[in-house]
Amino acid sequence: MSSLLARFAENSFWIARYVERAENLARIIDITETFARDEHGESDWTPVLRLHHDEESFNARYRKVDAANIARFYIIDEQNPNSIRYSIRAARENARSIRHLISLETWTQLNVFYNRIARLTRRNLKLSDLSRVCGQIKEGCQLHYGIATGTLYRDQIWSFYRLGTFIELCDQTTRLVDIKYHSLLPRAPDVGTAIDVAQWNALLRSASAYHGYRRVYPQEMTPATVAGFILLDPRFARSIPHCVREIRQSVMGLLGNDELKHLSFAPKALDELGELAGWDIDKVIAFGLHEYLDRVQLKLIELGEAIADTFFLASYSTS
Amino acid sequence: MAAPTSELFSDYNSGGYYCEMFGAPAGRPPAHTEKIRKRLGRLKCATLKRRASATDRELFNLGITFTVYSDKNAIDRVLPFDVIPRIISAADWKTIESGCIQRVTAINKFIEDVYHEQKILKDGIVPAELVTGNPNYRREMHGIALPFGTYVTVAGIDLVRDTDGRFKVLEDNARTPSGVSYVVENRHLMQRAFPDLTEKIGIRQVSNYGMKLREALAELAPAGAKKPRIVLLSPGVFNSAYFEHVFLAREMGVPLVEGRDLVVEGGYVQMKTTGGLQQVDVIYRRIDDNFLDPAQFNPGSMLGVKGLFEVYAAGKVALANAIGTGVADDKALYAYMPRIIRYYLSEDAILDNVETHLCREPEGLAYTLAKMDELVVKPVGESGGYGVVVGPRATKAEIAEARARIEANPANYISQTMVGLSVSPTLVGNRIEPRHVDLRPYIITGRKSWVLPGGLTRVALRKGSLVVNSSQGGGTKDTWVLE
Repeated sequence: MSSLLARFAENSFWIARYVERAENLARIIDITETFARDEHGESDWTPVLRLHHDEESFNARYRKVDAANIARFYIIDEQNPNSIRYSIRAARENARSIRHLISLETWTQLNVFYNRIARLTRRNLKLSDLSRVCGQIKEGCQLHYGIATGTLYRDQIWSFYRLGTFIELCDQTTRLVDIKYHSLLPRAPDVGTAIDVAQWNALLRSASAYHGYRRVYPQEMTPATVAGFILLDPRFARSIPHCVREIRQSVMGLLGNDELKHLSFAPKALDELGELAGWDIDKVIAFGLHEYLDRVQLKLIELGEAIADTFFLASYSTS
Repeated sequence: MAAPTSELFSDYNSGGYYCEMFGAPAGRPPAHTEKIRKRLGRLKCATLKRRASATDRELFNLGITFTVYSDKNAIDRVLPFDVIPRIISAADWKTIESGCIQRVTAINKFIEDVYHEQKILKDGIVPAELVTGNPNYRREMHGIALPFGTYVTVAGIDLVRDTDGRFKVLEDNARTPSGVSYVVENRHLMQRAFPDLTEKIGIRQVSNYGMKLREALAELAPAGAKKPRIVLLSPGVFNSAYFEHVFLAREMGVPLVEGRDLVVEGGYVQMKTTGGLQQVDVIYRRIDDNFLDPAQFNPGSMLGVKGLFEVYAAGKVALANAIGTGVADDKALYAYMPRIIRYYLSEDAILDNVETHLCREPEGLAYTLAKMDELVVKPVGESGGYGVVVGPRATKAEIAEARARIEANPANYISQTMVGLSVSPTLVGNRIEPRHVDLRPYIITGRKSWVLPGGLTRVALRKGSLVVNSSQGGGTKDTWVLE
């Protein structure tokens, strides 16, 4: 085993984060199309903007909050640092820096994938095509993980890649559920209605959680069981406990390297995440779903900072 | 022109130039290309085209590209690749190989002398001001001893083939010659796209270049470094040759670092790893002398490592190529190369120079100005084919302009006899046409010199053009050295 440049560790970490981010955005856009319709068939895309704190930058360049503009803004807008195109380009540029350390297939797929996304225009984003385009993007991201998982050499590069994957995935799961959090508020007008059930159903599907959910809850579908499943079921691959377990394993794997044995890395944020991952959904609702999701996101940020301080020599490279 | 072997070449006419496939204009096609001519001849032009566009796509998908930066966009361009290989016989290669080794040996002895006793200057073989007045001359290098006297670890020597079929040296590249990644990748590409063509021809392999370079770099490590840590220092992803840096780092299994990843501490160069600082013993650098160390050279450099030179001078890190090798790849110094070879090796040059006139000398200037319309005029300090005026192809106005530039600053120019660059059959549109080519073999020197059996064949894709540089519409071909 050999040492790894701090910058390369950072590159590997961010390839995973950016691809994961793009995939989740594709999932969100895909369900918002369903979500956005209330019983009158009117669309409301503002929650997606709120979720990413993008109201201001969106309004600065687009007039109307509608499906066409949202799709443009989040899929192909190069100037939006939260867009899929931006994320995949960032993933590719990070991969470019460690191209000599990753498999040729990993690089080639990302390169081809980016070139394909870069060719998308407004004409490809018609409402009738949106779901298909989102599906293709999701598939491109999944293909990336498959290739990376199948071919990356299991050294530090891999550990940082996994750390990036699960920190981002955990963060994105909280965001996905956050979109629907208002349904868990008491006296929300839609709770329990047909449209509400359809939306929770869509949420499950968008997180690829439906088949797992049905095995655990063959009959029920309430906001609490759905949110509880997605956030807290340790067997569900996108849940908080599952992500935290993977993060812990990656940290252990890292510290098992001879070159890193002398480091002490036991961030408080990771312990706190572990504690939050152990909550049940009743406790979460009593605490406030939105507040809970916020806290998880905050701890993930702190964990990211701790990783940067220790391994990416953040203080060192800025000096 | 010999009778064409098949339909593919039925219209082909090398136009009075020496042809790499069909040989001398008046002679019979050479025996060593026969097998390949026959196999190629069985292909239809449409097949060739289809496979060629597949290789283009593959290059793009693999990201074997160089990047052109415009105002705000980064555009990845594929260096055009022509699928008809350039073939070199075993006998020709023997000459090239020994000629290149001889030249690099002399260049290394020359640089060592220049930075130590300067005997060659004192003996009046090379004018002193040509060396000490050269912007690439590094006074700081005086008295610094290098292992095996190896200054130029990687050299690229540009060769052309004249109408008589003889190889001549056009230029020596002793700083950071690029292009070797294309030699290896072009071969991989050909093997995938034309397995039927490459099979059982007896082509010498080029895939061990990375191993050989790593070996040489390890030999140059400071004494005491048992398992030397080698890195490749690149200006970063924005450099147009970044793909090549990636390629070489991967082939050698070394980290591809940038200046910001390195730091001088405790008298050594160290790299910033996830586990802290770690000593570096050998740096294969792909950045110019000027940018290596802001403390010693260009203070504005963001690409280098502050304090690197001091560590280097103390012998605690090796650099390849060494600092200051630019004195040897100057176009004016080139004219003295046959004399330099004789001076250090007591041998005649195996590979001829192209006849060169120095405008810094009165006779050379007079000759050049008198024959502007027959000569090729080159500025001494430029590379990439910039500022070259090809007399017989230039307009009256262009010649007048060049004349004015030479008269204003004669020392900055040389002129050379026009070489009838050899041609190679090349796929152009729906036809096979002759296009001019050159050849850049790569020579690696650690303890000893080794020549990669192959080289970069650059092809001037524009009809009639003699300028093969990629910045001027050049492409590449796979180069087959036969066993």
